[in-house]
Amino acid sequence: MNVNQLPDESGHFGPYGGVFVAETLMEPIEELRLAYEKYRQDPTFLAEWQADLHHYVGRPSPIYYAERLSDSLGGAQIYLKREDLNHTGAHKVNNTIGQALLAKRMGKTRIIAETGAGQHGVASATVAARLGLQCVVYMGEVDIARQEANVYRMRLLGAEVRSVTSGSKTLKDALNEAMRDWVTNVDDTFYIIGTVAGPHPYPAMVRDFQTVIGRESREQMQDMTGRLPDALVACVGGGSNAIGLFHPFLADTDVAIYGVEAAGSGLDSGMHAAPLCAGKPGVLHGNRTYLMEDTDGQIIETHSISAGLDYPGVGPEHAWLKDLKRANYVAVTDDEALNAFHQLTRIEGIIPALESSHAIAYAMQLAERMDRQQTILVNLSGRGDKDMHTVAAQEGLQL
Amino acid sequence: MSRITDCFAALKHQNRTALVTFITAGDPQPSMTAPLMQTLVEQGADILELGVPFSDPMADGPVIQRASERALAQNTSLRDVLDIVREFRSQNLTTPVVLMGYLNPIEIMGYQHFAAAAQEAGVDGVLTVDLPPEEGHEFIPVMQQHELDPIYLLAPTSTPERIQRITGSARGFVYYVSLKGVTGAAHLDVQSVADKLTQIRTMTALPVGVGFGVKDAATAKAMAQIADAVVVGSAIVSQIERLVDEPSKMHEAIGELVRAMRTAMDQGA
Repeated sequence: MNVNQLPDESGHFGPYGGVFVAETLMEPIEELRLAYEKYRQDPTFLAEWQADLHHYVGRPSPIYYAERLSDSLGGAQIYLKREDLNHTGAHKVNNTIGQALLAKRMGKTRIIAETGAGQHGVASATVAARLGLQCVVYMGEVDIARQEANVYRMRLLGAEVRSVTSGSKTLKDALNEAMRDWVTNVDDTFYIIGTVAGPHPYPAMVRDFQTVIGRESREQMQDMTGRLPDALVACVGGGSNAIGLFHPFLADTDVAIYGVEAAGSGLDSGMHAAPLCAGKPGVLHGNRTYLMEDTDGQIIETHSISAGLDYPGVGPEHAWLKDLKRANYVAVTDDEALNAFHQLTRIEGIIPALESSHAIAYAMQLAERMDRQQTILVNLSGRGDKDMHTVAAQEGLQL
Repeated sequence: MSRITDCFAALKHQNRTALVTFITAGDPQPSMTAPLMQTLVEQGADILELGVPFSDPMADGPVIQRASERALAQNTSLRDVLDIVREFRSQNLTTPVVLMGYLNPIEIMGYQHFAAAAQEAGVDGVLTVDLPPEEGHEFIPVMQQHELDPIYLLAPTSTPERIQRITGSARGFVYYVSLKGVTGAAHLDVQSVADKLTQIRTMTALPVGVGFGVKDAATAKAMAQIADAVVVGSAIVSQIERLVDEPSKMHEAIGELVRAMRTAMDQGA
């Protein structure tokens, strides 16, 4: 089987993915699938998306050789794909531009989005402002409290941020609420999902918009080092930045692939957000994938210092890559991620997002086990400005 | 013949429309559910829908979401729900019981295990909200093997092709969602519902129920004139929520609401 050609026609990656939604959503999803099938091959649409990526987002994002960090570890050489330098500060905008342009093509005037850390919400509010679309962002009450700055950014951009108070009041509940909004307002509303999860075609569509990361990286690494990297490392919450980096390398079997989940207080503690490392397959949010669930099939609350990784599911393509053993899924704790955050900041002068700090932390462990001649490419998926309050609070400071 | 088919046949004979009532199992306490089911039947319900609580009820409005949360706060599991049905069946052997919920709790129990246990407990039909027929090729045969009717939703946006496909997999009855939205939403347009029912009936001989938005006796009466079954959920669950601290009054309040709907529906016939 060629993993590059998945999903199949009905949206499955092996046993994962699919369309598990109420009948009320089947038709809007079919409408979206048909529109995406049409425009993904439309040269005008793609040219418009690429022009925005260049002139508005600032792509291609550079790759930076983290020489001092690599030297301090004494092992493999670490390179960083600088998605943190994108407009709005993370990889999320690659996808929101694509989906918002699709929304316009479909004649939708209102976009909705769910957000955890607020990065996808900001990226959605940004493109809505740019395209003159109405924008409503659903965000859990708990996340609103811990990501105040991003809430204010969204409001500045003209979006309405709706607080979600059901369930655990975090990202998964925001997703539920956005789905309810969509089903109620299907005529004029486009739902921009921020990660490679949800019912087909979302996992494939979001991946396709994010693979610009991996396509650029292949060329850039060959230009810089004369060959492909020996290993790729990216953090995995829902998994969009990771699949964006990994996918163009799937056929390169010499390139080892590592997805890094949030181990929170440790996988043994139960206080984590690592469904691939410690969960079971199940059905949530329109797709079958690995989930954090209890023995009755109820979804359980996740724990991570990083709001963007605090999600009980994961994209179905990652679930399949895990089972196929094409990618390795590992986890690092809050403490390890914080340590990496400080290391990168002090040694390279780059403040990473707490999400991306998980990838840095694992790359640092991996580098020590590899030779100096080998290379690791890490997706630095976002910048850490949004996390100042969280990191300061760890040190007992209030900003 | 299933209890559901028998029920619709008997009602047709009497020229009456079925009243289908929904409550969430375990709301507010697992021990209260079977007695509430008895009250619903005594006051005029023909078919009982029992919600299986789930942590992420994507297709439900706030009233039923909160019911799910109350039930989960009491740790009501799918196994507990089947115990409740068994308890109800010890007193009532005729009224059909349909479970309504989401796939994940069933999946983790295992399709075979669940279907066998549900049949043994006396369940008649299962409406798995997030399992469209396209994804049901493993579960549906297992349900049928255990004489459980697969019940499906149809939506205002369902195309003729989808109605065909769904009614092809459905048994017992089909449940038409009368508006775009979640359970308990407002604004029912009787004429557009009637038009859609006409279309659905050209494609299936199964009875067609209407729900999502039946709030009171007046809407129940209007729907009874065009549908084979009227499904009432959020209106009843709201009464449970209102009286959560005065459970002694719950039976009276719910009984009154159901009786009023029953009377209005029968008058309209």
